Amino acid sequence: MDAQTLTYLFVAASFALYIGIAVWSRAGSTGDFYVAGGGVHPIANGMATAADWMSAASFISMAGIIAFMGYDGSVYLMGWTGGYVLLAMLLAPYLRKFGEFTVPDFIGTRYYSNTARVVAVVSLIVISFTYVAGQMRGVGIVFSHFLGVPIDWGVAIGMLVVFFYAVLGGMKGITYTQVAQYCVLIFAYLVPAVFISLLVTGHAVPQLGLGASVTDGSGLAVLEKLDRTLVDLGFAPYTSGTRASVDVFAITMALMLGTAGLPHVIVRFFTVPKVSDARRSAGWALLFIALLYTTAPAVGAFARLNFIDTVHDKPYAGVADWFRTWENVGLVGWRDKNGDGRIQYAPGAPFAGKPEFAGDARGVDGQRMLLNRSSDGANEVYLDRDIMVLANPEIARLPPWVIALVAAGSLAAALSTAAGLLLVISASVSHDLLKKTFARGLSDRQELLAARIAAASAIAVAGYLGVNPPGFVAEVVAFAFGLAAASLFPAILLGIFSLRMNREGAVTGMITGLAFTFGYIAWFKFYAPHLNGPEAWWFGISPEGIGALGALLNLTVALTVSRLTAPPPTGVVALVEDIRVPAGVSTPHMH
Amino acid sequence: MNSTRPSADAAAAPRPDHARAHAYWRANLRLVAVLLAIWFAVSFGAGILFVEPLNAFRLGGFPLGFWFGQQGAIFVFVILVFVYAAAMRHLDRRYGVDDTTGDR
Repeated sequence: MDAQTLTYLFVAASFALYIGIAVWSRAGSTGDFYVAGGGVHPIANGMATAADWMSAASFISMAGIIAFMGYDGSVYLMGWTGGYVLLAMLLAPYLRKFGEFTVPDFIGTRYYSNTARVVAVVSLIVISFTYVAGQMRGVGIVFSHFLGVPIDWGVAIGMLVVFFYAVLGGMKGITYTQVAQYCVLIFAYLVPAVFISLLVTGHAVPQLGLGASVTDGSGLAVLEKLDRTLVDLGFAPYTSGTRASVDVFAITMALMLGTAGLPHVIVRFFTVPKVSDARRSAGWALLFIALLYTTAPAVGAFARLNFIDTVHDKPYAGVADWFRTWENVGLVGWRDKNGDGRIQYAPGAPFAGKPEFAGDARGVDGQRMLLNRSSDGANEVYLDRDIMVLANPEIARLPPWVIALVAAGSLAAALSTAAGLLLVISASVSHDLLKKTFARGLSDRQELLAARIAAASAIAVAGYLGVNPPGFVAEVVAFAFGLAAASLFPAILLGIFSLRMNREGAVTGMITGLAFTFGYIAWFKFYAPHLNGPEAWWFGISPEGIGALGALLNLTVALTVSRLTAPPPTGVVALVEDIRVPAGVSTPHMH
Repeated sequence: MNSTRPSADAAAAPRPDHARAHAYWRANLRLVAVLLAIWFAVSFGAGILFVEPLNAFRLGGFPLGFWFGQQGAIFVFVILVFVYAAAMRHLDRRYGVDDTTGDR
């Protein structure tokens, strides 16, 4: 069977599995819909959290980003895992003890204020929609790459599947489909990684392979060879960074605080039975995530090395098949600037922008002709970073079923994250905006119906954003983490660790953090992008890292204002003292 | 398991008294402070601030600082969270605020 048929088969089988699970575990109450009835086993929740967290970007793009950034890519590896340490020790157990349904619910109750609740809902919706648009787009792109389906149709199919299990199953359906999706995605990630590691180093464990020697007989360690090869070609060495330490520090901190403050991750810890389960579950989640996150840098380094070995200075006429396959899709492009028929790889862009091909026209060597304006550098190759994962099975000459597996794995990663995000959006609308603020008389059945309608509407909006991606989507990923770090994380942290923190402090803190972070990012990304560089940045901190400063500002303002205003009521102090001890935890309140 | 708390009360999961809850909270904060110091040292310390001097040392084929940034810190994070869960369980029992004797 060819790769295309196998891919259809694998994708259809995995979708049937997800929908089957959703039918089996459909939600009967708001407790089921919001937090899966609070009865999820910690290991199952760990897997679901890992799938929830690892998005299309983690699966498809991260290894490629690291391959091109080298050491500087560490900010993502440490930032997106270190946040779980904060989540496990500072937030998750206490929020589980609180025993409600949503993050704004905690903030609204702890700060006895619907203003605080609404500010939290607004942050949550902005953060989650920023994130979900990319996921739906990811589904469409995977469909078009692997199955030749137009991107828009891919988005529509993805919407339909998510609609089915998120609207029907709620959190309960999502949890168990995410467990299945984790298994699919991690298997799909590890199989090609093991093979490429064997190919380059002879080690079956990629994490060890990255520290081993290459098998070409030179006796050099992988990283040594990569450093030398890159320096020879005029690049910076792979293992040392080019960004300023202060910026690397700030970005890592912003990603960590943002990860700990992302509502769709936090809410997963509301679904386990007990406080001690929430702590253990965070450990399992991080272990399952670490499995992929320690494999990614190995894949990145191997793929970069392998790419240079198989492509640089080779005649196009004799280049490996995968190069032409992905050239046809538009992720690779070659312009023979010096007319020698060989592919030269060097620093800098080969031409301006993404490849624009002149229809099916072919050059003298058979390459696709490009319309882009050439740049001055010697580089002749355009390479999309996603190729490092997508083309891996072909580069390592793996059988077609592995390609089908990678397609199913990327879809699992995108769908699981999209579903988790859509659920927190719908829960914050039906529970926080309606039930707790504007329509207090709702019965449980009415609230469940409202949650389903909200989920369906959120999917429609996400699908629209997937089909018509706003031009700035790639630019605003910094928003999601920066805003979560600067608004939600400090408010929750102070709500647990400071008995004195009051409504006035929390609201002014959140608004200050939000306004500052939003303003800084908007200034450099939209208003004055030509100034976006280390000379103009405050303290040398880029927009990606500014959330760390926003969080600090939030904490400072909140602590100061709370000391100058009335202390919180005694009932709230008692609530905080209660969530600090695990004993007496119950399943979430059934309204 | 705990002498300060009569076993007959276990099923009813009584509110722990104020002083005990206070002592439990302080022990909790001490534990978290130690673990977060390690969290900071391996990531922001070894992986970022001292990455260049550490790169002078090697761990197999890895420059040491680079290893912390791309693998070592993550391994330590995983261990820290499991240690935290186990140590907190121990504290819960010692101070009689264990959640396993409550519901279910």
